[in-house]
Amino acid sequence: MLAKRIIPCLDIKDGRTVKGVNFVNLRDAGDPVELGRLYSEQGADEIVFLDITATHEKRKTLTTLARKVAAELNIPFTIGGGIKSVDDVAVLLTAGADKISVNSAAVREPVLIESLSKNFGSQCIVVAIDAKLVEGTWYVHLNGGRKATDIELMTWAKECQERGAGEILFTSMDHDGTKNGFALETLAEMSDLLSIPIIASGGAGKKEHFQEVFTKGKADAALAASIFHFKEIGIRELKGYLAEKNVLVRTKN
Amino acid sequence: MKTAIIDYNAGNVQSVLFALKRLNAEAILTNDPAAIRAADKVIFPGVGEASSTMDYLRSEGLDQLIKNLKQPVLGICLGMQLLCEHSEEGDTSCIGVIPQGVRKFIPQQKDQKVPHVGWNSLDKIEQGFISNTLEKEYVYFVHSYYVEIGDCTIGTCDYIQNFSAVLQKDNFYATQFHPEKSGKIGEQILKGFLQL
Repeated sequence: MLAKRIIPCLDIKDGRTVKGVNFVNLRDAGDPVELGRLYSEQGADEIVFLDITATHEKRKTLTTLARKVAAELNIPFTIGGGIKSVDDVAVLLTAGADKISVNSAAVREPVLIESLSKNFGSQCIVVAIDAKLVEGTWYVHLNGGRKATDIELMTWAKECQERGAGEILFTSMDHDGTKNGFALETLAEMSDLLSIPIIASGGAGKKEHFQEVFTKGKADAALAASIFHFKEIGIRELKGYLAEKNVLVRTKN
Repeated sequence: MKTAIIDYNAGNVQSVLFALKRLNAEAILTNDPAAIRAADKVIFPGVGEASSTMDYLRSEGLDQLIKNLKQPVLGICLGMQLLCEHSEEGDTSCIGVIPQGVRKFIPQQKDQKVPHVGWNSLDKIEQGFISNTLEKEYVYFVHSYYVEIGDCTIGTCDYIQNFSAVLQKDNFYATQFHPEKSGKIGEQILKGFLQL
């Protein structure tokens, strides 16, 4: 049986992790490679590296990161953040990334999803969608959530699938950072609508939230950042809890 | 002991090389026929689309080269599928070492997503290059097409239906999952192949 996945996400700027991470046994908490390896040892199923650098050096640092991570990690990882073209993706996959995620660029130019899946196969194309509930309708937002669009969430998610996305990484901006749980109803609705896997993001605060997101929320994977970074929940402990609650997870790594 | 990783336009070539380096194995990436033939072991990786990859392999003469290799050969993911007879992906004939077919996953109910992405357990491992102590262990899969169960199937996995997770015929070995991305279990499997 296919296990539900737990995915820690690391924000990267200029090749360094952004959020303060407090792990005692890390030589360098700012080193994404070392942090990635630690998560992998704790039982993470995949790792997402999200680059938020906004300089023209970006592509170079991102490629270097992909290569370093690929050399060290024996589990899959995704790289995202500002990816705009087939060339960007080719460089990252060649460097050793397993998947890439696209967000704003896909909304601005939806045909990009088709080009990417045709060139590299949909299995490595994750489309990330940030959305927010505005007067009863979920709208897609761009640029890390700063820019609103008039595109409705489910319409866009469906279009992503039709254009060749391999997975959807859906972040509810309303839940992100609240630690009050994931957007369960919306996730379940998306899961029923789509035939590709959905990674849930935004709102994880305690172990129960993960159980809910895999049952009520029908998600295939759950992503979180700060609760893992600040050791509020350990990945191994979380997986033990989920296994007890009969959620199928990989408990040995 | 040298392992040649066949270098072509496949997604996971670099990851396989890194994985072997982590095991301190001597490995090279190459598409040079002489170097491939001279290697002690050959790994045929693969991530991508079947028919276009077959076109490429044919144009480079790599399909015949692979078919005639005598040393242990390990096909991974698309590499495994291309060792088979025929694939429904782009309706292409493949290298034809293993007389089994490659079919598309058709979901039978709503919660069955395609591609099959993530960690799934090896259900049944018969005597072969992968120890049967690895039964029930989780390994990493990413694929939309699968190899039907047949005479060369020595390991199975269950997703939508039973399918071939591990194949073996003569000197050809293959895994549908990615040992290079399957944590410590994957490392054990790669080591097992290198020790053949």
